[in-house]
Amino acid sequence: MASEKRDKEEEEVKTDDGSPKIKPRPIVQLGIFLVAHSPVFSVVFSAAGVLALLILPLLAKNTYISENALMPGSARSMLSNRDVSDGSKLVKDIKNYWLNHEGQVQKLIGKYMSDMGAEVYYQKFHPEGNQFHPLHFFSGPDSYTLLDNVSCASYGVNVAGIIRAPRGDGKESIVLVTPYDFINGGDYEALSLGITSTLFSLLARVTWLSKDIIWLVTDSRYGDYRPVAAWLTEYHSPSFKVSDLLKCGELNTADTFRRAGTVAAALVLKVDGRSERFEDTLSIYAEASNGQMPNLDLINVVNYLAVHRQGFYVKVEKVVSLLSSSWLKIIGEIFEAVGKLARTLNPDWNFGIPAADYLEGSATLASSLYSQALGIPTGPHGAFRDYQVDAITLKISPRFPPDSKTRQHDFFLRGARLLEGTIRSVNNLLEKFHQSFFLYLLTSPSKFISVGVYMIAFALLVAPLPMVAASLYIEGCKALTKSTDNPTENLKSWKWLDAAKQVFALHLLGFIVTLLPYFICQVPGQHSPRNRSIMWGTTSSSLLLITFAIIPGCSPFSSRHHGTNWAVLKSVTISAAFIGLCLMSIINFATAEIGALLLVPTCLMAQPIKPALRSRRIKSLLGAFCSMVLLTIGFPVMFFAISKGLFGEAVVGLSLGGEFWTWLESLWAWKSATYLYIGMVHLPCWLLCLCILFHPS
Amino acid sequence: MASLVRSWIPLLILQSFLVAVAFGSKEAEQFSEALLLKPLPDRKVLAHFHFENRAPPSNSHGRHHHLFPKAISQLVQKFRVKEMELSFTQGRWNHEHWGGFDPLSSMNAKPVGVELWAVFDVPQSQVDTSWKNLTHALSGLFCASINFLESSTSYAAPTWGFGTNSDKLRYGSLPREAVCTENLTPWLKLLPCRDKDGISALMNRPSVYRGFYHSQRLHLSTVESGQEGLGSGIVLEQTLTVVLQPETTSVETNMQPSWSLSSLFGRKVVGSCVLAKSSNVYLQLEGRLGHESKNVDTEIEAHKLWKNADFDLSLKPDRVLRESSGLLFIFDIDKSSDSEPFDLGLNWKLPSKWSCQQAPLQASRFLMGSGNERGAIAILLKATESQEKLPGRELTDGRCTIKANIFQIFPWYIKVYYHTLQIFVDQQQKTDSEVLKKINVSPSTDKVSSGMLEMMLELPCEVKSAAISIEYDKGFLHIDEYPPDANQGFDIPSALISFPSHHASLDFQEELSKSPLLSSFKEKSLVRSYTEVLLVPLTTPDFSMPYNVITITCTIFALYFGSLLNVLRRRIGEEERFLKSQAGKKTGGVKQLLLRLTAKIRGRPIEAPSSESPAAESSFLSTKLIFKIILIAGAAAAWQYFSTDK
Repeated sequence: MASEKRDKEEEEVKTDDGSPKIKPRPIVQLGIFLVAHSPVFSVVFSAAGVLALLILPLLAKNTYISENALMPGSARSMLSNRDVSDGSKLVKDIKNYWLNHEGQVQKLIGKYMSDMGAEVYYQKFHPEGNQFHPLHFFSGPDSYTLLDNVSCASYGVNVAGIIRAPRGDGKESIVLVTPYDFINGGDYEALSLGITSTLFSLLARVTWLSKDIIWLVTDSRYGDYRPVAAWLTEYHSPSFKVSDLLKCGELNTADTFRRAGTVAAALVLKVDGRSERFEDTLSIYAEASNGQMPNLDLINVVNYLAVHRQGFYVKVEKVVSLLSSSWLKIIGEIFEAVGKLARTLNPDWNFGIPAADYLEGSATLASSLYSQALGIPTGPHGAFRDYQVDAITLKISPRFPPDSKTRQHDFFLRGARLLEGTIRSVNNLLEKFHQSFFLYLLTSPSKFISVGVYMIAFALLVAPLPMVAASLYIEGCKALTKSTDNPTENLKSWKWLDAAKQVFALHLLGFIVTLLPYFICQVPGQHSPRNRSIMWGTTSSSLLLITFAIIPGCSPFSSRHHGTNWAVLKSVTISAAFIGLCLMSIINFATAEIGALLLVPTCLMAQPIKPALRSRRIKSLLGAFCSMVLLTIGFPVMFFAISKGLFGEAVVGLSLGGEFWTWLESLWAWKSATYLYIGMVHLPCWLLCLCILFHPS
Repeated sequence: MASLVRSWIPLLILQSFLVAVAFGSKEAEQFSEALLLKPLPDRKVLAHFHFENRAPPSNSHGRHHHLFPKAISQLVQKFRVKEMELSFTQGRWNHEHWGGFDPLSSMNAKPVGVELWAVFDVPQSQVDTSWKNLTHALSGLFCASINFLESSTSYAAPTWGFGTNSDKLRYGSLPREAVCTENLTPWLKLLPCRDKDGISALMNRPSVYRGFYHSQRLHLSTVESGQEGLGSGIVLEQTLTVVLQPETTSVETNMQPSWSLSSLFGRKVVGSCVLAKSSNVYLQLEGRLGHESKNVDTEIEAHKLWKNADFDLSLKPDRVLRESSGLLFIFDIDKSSDSEPFDLGLNWKLPSKWSCQQAPLQASRFLMGSGNERGAIAILLKATESQEKLPGRELTDGRCTIKANIFQIFPWYIKVYYHTLQIFVDQQQKTDSEVLKKINVSPSTDKVSSGMLEMMLELPCEVKSAAISIEYDKGFLHIDEYPPDANQGFDIPSALISFPSHHASLDFQEELSKSPLLSSFKEKSLVRSYTEVLLVPLTTPDFSMPYNVITITCTIFALYFGSLLNVLRRRIGEEERFLKSQAGKKTGGVKQLLLRLTAKIRGRPIEAPSSESPAAESSFLSTKLIFKIILIAGAAAAWQYFSTDK
């Protein structure tokens, strides 16, 4: 990119000298060639980018265990029937508790833990909501700040038990989390306690432990994420100040909050729902905030043990609606045919995969890309990522109803064996996870695409942007020089300044619009999300109008003929979009990828609609139509509605505003960088494209 | 073999006696062995082996020893060690269940890994040199990487926080040192009977290392004779503390497991070490005095002490001692023999529960914060239940206070900001002047020396909890300073919490025999406890990709130098002028192309067409080129041929 920019300058030097044409050096020549034929190349590159995205499922590699020390499945399981009966007993006792309503379930679980030889403590936490604060983006997990007026009305209690490794040095620990609703826990949730209790009973007597084991039963009344986050905050940044929460409730939680060294890895176990398949199903959730993923080795170990040792059906999330889409199926069949053809030519070229696999892979890939792009963690494991701990959520769906006693034994044995194997592997690790990938997309539990491969699609997508910007700039400069004979205005290096002012003004507007929800939330009184979105919309549009009024030459409706040249404006817009996308690709790649898919065609196609209408040529009319369609799709609310439709939830009418508000609220509450991207890159660029569309030229 | 040894031993003793007489020393060298067994409240058993070797002051200058290990005496002579302690530990001491206020735990609860401290009797300027030499000597002697303590970044010179006030004291610890049987064997070599005879014969390696806690300690101190001409005597104390889990078959969880020496160690004691002056086995039972406070004069009541409704012992104790918190049974193993081995057993009949006496404050330490940039270390002191009962409270200005010393070493890559020290007492932040009585800070120097913090807290007696936090920045290491497993993180050695106004000692009601173990218990020892070792993850480079680094560096260098040379070498104005003049002349298309090609190949600007035929020149050039290509191809083929030939 840098070379191309330089090329641009050099090219200028040559053309504006008025000297006879001199053949420049080849690299410069290449640059000039690319810039000169930028429309063709931009089409080619963009198409290649989309194609590269589509063939990603073909390029997926099989996962492998990179860290040799993990050695999954090499040790024989030591689980005995005694351990399983411990687990079954706990489940039975919890059920009896629900029948008799005596004491507290937390106490019961705590008693089980301490009977097994663990150190038990109870932690109270406040289920405060995530507060949006504009300055807290990208700051680390904030320290546990207690509200002044803590009410004892609602607080959660986590139970945690620690098994100390008999000969270990206590420097590291592994955390097992089972969310459980202590007030109205379901039968399936109790099964997860059963599995973990089975495992805990074993771990309390084994001698091979080198890391301490913490079993955390979180109070899932307040969601899955919040209790885990509260526990982690207390673990890592406790407040030594006096806390009112300790005085609340009858549960004696005055005992110390115990710790067990640096957390090496964490596993969240959930059991819910019945499996639709014949086997027990294990779903793996790995995406943490801002598209951060745990080390691939952790997923590999779980997948290996679940598939090859315990016979679970392992799956990761996929976009179900894509599975039935016909266009994707056709693409898959084309790729299959191409693959077959390639194999007939050379038997070594076996990159083709069956169309069904392709369909499955791309549905998973889409989901993986979407969850990463959203930047919202897909489970309680996300809280661990904030502390650089590798964590995943395992959701097991048994194939039997929860009250089946006979199947339960087998289920506990297999579930606990899976966890035992995983813990044993992590326990073997001398160093923390670092061998395998952190940047990857999954196309199936055992297939992944590493960063080196999926970056190509993005690079191809954004490659035309600097080219087009350069060519447009040259074009605009020429037009300006022609239109103005004033020699003082021929200072060519300042021609972009007017356009840049406009771009800057709109980016500033985007920044303000991004911060607006914070102030809207401060407005006293209860408002429905729909009202809030209307407030936001009206404030934003009035701000936009004010901007147009204040800054001259900014408005697309100004009739002054000496306004900014649209080509220069588009050039600066495209540069800004390019910079924004590249920055975003560093923060959250998936967001940048999806953003580029939307923004790049919109920016490239944007052109004034008036001349097209005036000329009445089919080509220009088609172009204008395309840019209008793209702009419509590119509007964030519109895209939200479309993506909702893609995921099978159709939203129409005014409720869309409310939905959109809720969605954005969740984005900022989770400190997702996607929110910043939408407000500070996408929205200004979209507005600028709108300006270009209605440019009076 | 054993019988051979045994037949030789009296001869040896005789010889040693004769030698002693010949040298005319007043005291002979003494060796004594003892084993203390103690059931712990959490169904485990503590075994504490204690060997003491005394070399009296003599003018033989340590060259001729009879029992005392020569290696140690040479060490003392050479490095002029006044006092030294070396410990190898695996596992963590459980202060809650295994006690923290008795001499046993305050002396033998050691931090994980290796800990070494020594006081030297040399001029101040030579202390560091002596320390470095000592670490190397010990490293060789005990097959451990103690020599890593030589580096000035790994040790510190505590002034008062360690408990021993001396400016010639050096302290260092290696938390990551793995302790194994290769460290035990050289340690056993220092004993006169090694592990062949006597109590040390019990040290079956698998059972010793199967334990939950394992700490082998070597403590030596020199005793000044006070007389001129006489050297100093040396007292060498070797202890091994193990905590074992007796195997039980009973399913009842609240029943203490029964055990015997053979079930714990898989071996029995067959006679004492002949060279030992005394060899005893002690069994300490805590919390057994409450209901048996009557006078035990009669035979029956004495019998009741070891055979009662709660438990019985398999052997009759030779003596029973009472101390403030329990009973101590003493067994003499001299009587045991091959045919009648000493195999002490304890059989519990009723469930029994007691608790150990704990230190006034229980300390725990942890890291705070996240990320690779900064963090904080917090030390949490929490009052234990037994705090009120303990003696050692002080009244200063009418207030009852507990004193606690904290001694902590920070490696240099933990850049501590001492001004961020915050102290909270009972969840109220206190200013330094309120609770801090003394503080001594020596900041670290990057890559040169480690930092050290000593502070004395004066807390009110009714304190429930106290917390100390201090912030730090994580440093960057040079690539060759990373250890082999850098991604594990870096250790911060244990902090030492000691209570200068609390002293632990066993207080026996009866007068003792002169057993070294019991007299060491009777001495007042400072109550101290070590905190956990912490693991700090630092930023680590990706060691597995040096290739990538090399490639990208080379590329950047090539690009940089290439473009720089280009800029320096080229004269753009000249070239342009030349090209303009060229553009004026019209030459044939093919010829122009050829010219440009040759110019490109030769790397020179296009020359003006000379008078001779350009075709001839170009053909001449191309033959030269072809010749060059053939030459290179030939060389490549030859290389290929020779390389495949092998």
